[in-house]
Amino acid sequence: MIRFLFKGLLRDKQRSLLPIIVVIIGVFLTVLMHTWIKGVFGDVVDFNAKFATGHVKIMTRGYSDKLEQLPNDLALTGVDDLLAELAVISPDIQWSSRIRFGGLVDVPDENNETKTQGPAVAWGIDLLTPGSPEAERMKIPSSIIRGRIPEKPGEILLSEDFAKRLEVEPGQIVTFFGSTMLGGMAMQNFILAGTVRFGTQAVDRGALVMDLEDARLVLDMPDAAGEVLGFFPSGLYEDDRAKALVDAFAERYHDQENLFEPTMVTLRDQNDLGSIVDYMDVVTGLISFIFILAMSLVLWNAGLLGGLRRYGEVGLRLAMGESKGQVYRSMLGEAVLIGLVGSVIGTALALGISYWLQNNGIDLSGMMKGASMMLPSVFRTQVTTPAFYVGFLPGLFATVIGTGLAGIGIYKRKTAQLFKELE
Amino acid sequence: MKNVITLNTRKTLITLLSLIILLPYLSISLLGQTPTAQQILERIDRNQSADSRIFTASMIIHAQRGERTMEMKIWSVGDQKSFTEYLAPAREKGTKMLKLADQLWMYSPSADRTIQISGHMLRQSVMGSDLSYEDMMDDQRLTDNYDAQVVGPDTLGGRDCWVLELRARSTDLAYQRRKMWIDRERYVPLKEELYAKSGKLLKQTLLSDVKLIDGRWFPTRVVYQDMLKLGGGTEFVIHEIRFNVPIAESTFNKSMLK
Repeated sequence: MIRFLFKGLLRDKQRSLLPIIVVIIGVFLTVLMHTWIKGVFGDVVDFNAKFATGHVKIMTRGYSDKLEQLPNDLALTGVDDLLAELAVISPDIQWSSRIRFGGLVDVPDENNETKTQGPAVAWGIDLLTPGSPEAERMKIPSSIIRGRIPEKPGEILLSEDFAKRLEVEPGQIVTFFGSTMLGGMAMQNFILAGTVRFGTQAVDRGALVMDLEDARLVLDMPDAAGEVLGFFPSGLYEDDRAKALVDAFAERYHDQENLFEPTMVTLRDQNDLGSIVDYMDVVTGLISFIFILAMSLVLWNAGLLGGLRRYGEVGLRLAMGESKGQVYRSMLGEAVLIGLVGSVIGTALALGISYWLQNNGIDLSGMMKGASMMLPSVFRTQVTTPAFYVGFLPGLFATVIGTGLAGIGIYKRKTAQLFKELE
Repeated sequence: MKNVITLNTRKTLITLLSLIILLPYLSISLLGQTPTAQQILERIDRNQSADSRIFTASMIIHAQRGERTMEMKIWSVGDQKSFTEYLAPAREKGTKMLKLADQLWMYSPSADRTIQISGHMLRQSVMGSDLSYEDMMDDQRLTDNYDAQVVGPDTLGGRDCWVLELRARSTDLAYQRRKMWIDRERYVPLKEELYAKSGKLLKQTLLSDVKLIDGRWFPTRVVYQDMLKLGGGTEFVIHEIRFNVPIAESTFNKSMLK
């Protein structure tokens, strides 16, 4: 029966071509939109998590209130004890101490005086402890443009654009100038080990990365950190778990008046990422809904047109003794075949392009100049398991439902008038 | 006896009458001595400004994490040249700052580097205190930079004051409006409020321990409170100050930083 219907569809292209093309286009657009939205929003969330927010983040209350100023005078102290405590509370979560700070990077001339200088936003992360996941987490090894990753204390990385602006090469000495945790003057020489490009304008304008212990030394922050970031083992943000952790932590540290009391916040509560996560879910659902609705209408219409075009054929088949149910079922069978073929081709095409975009991305850095938000410059799609069925199922069902609705007319034909109609 | 009493009574009456007749004139005379705002500023400048100054001072910073004390020695000529050497604590000892006009160079012995700071960086906090580099090295004459008017009398710490309101003549100045409480007797500011162009109160200073040094009244203790910062303010205490002493030109050479 299936073979019979399939042959019929192949031989009568007028019956199959338009619906299949409609399904292919609809499924293709749905899958591509899905992977694009997942990719873009996922990248934004992932980038922010790795660079700034973690899946959860611990700070002091005072630091949290003035987060955008990176107020290290309100940094966490006694971090080793805090990490030991966290390892007991949530052993599977990776906790990373970080110090984010601002300052000037000054490049000396031959007289050891200022040749060039510029403002830097710096990260003190654990680069040198063997087995530390921080460098990989921030994709530093794959982001190196010149030189290499720091291998010993006293070495730093600068963003490539910043290094070019300062006219400094790997191997040269630069001076960091800023403020210690207590407000004193911090001035220290470092060797530029290499340059990096993270792919986001806001960071690449003036990024400096140094080992956490170097940052502690220069900022006079022994056993202190501005932030302790927590990352879930799955690598993905889990909202329920994050909220549960925050609640449990708030029970331990509940002194609202103490500026130095540690407080934990979720990824959702930082950098407006909550609205991005919500928006991503809403947009994905909305696109699927609109697609199913539009496809159903289009295919219903196509089915109606097909029904009209095949008015004579249906009448003849009924006159020859085929039952209405049999004709209806055969049309539904054809719709299933059209839906399957269209969905498979549409999904395959969209996945192919999505995989390509996932690997290569689209560079939108030209549109990001001057951006202050932490947005990646290269946008990529993200192929997830739902991408395999998000277009496939609506493509199939919309075709069948459309044909089913259009085919109801078969039951309204009166057998007694069929020969008269055929004449 | 009666004549004597009559004579005394007459004398008293004459004196009283004379006083009553002369009182308006006396008052006018006293009012006539009320200096104008510009005259007050000139008297303040005469007390505060000098061709050159050498002083040692402590800066006690009451930060949120506790208290820090820094010792320093400063050489300055007018409002254009200033050289500061930090003497304590150990972490800051040997740090030097040279200011020439609107340029500032800093030297740190830990890095053995001299780096230049300019522009908006001059308005940043010095060593986490409530003072900016500009505040610390400021010796600009008020009369050269501000128009003033007396807005009323007041009493501060038991001393009679004039309250002056100053408006900057140039938009380059960090504080576009200042309100000063000036000691009527000694022509020394006892309190000051420093405002931004927007009208926002940026800093408040309380000046005390006024001493007569080299014939001029000078406050040797100033408490700065940056209103945009948390913390308990910064005390700037001058231990010793000398005015108009010759300072070698070489003091303000960059080579002196190392």
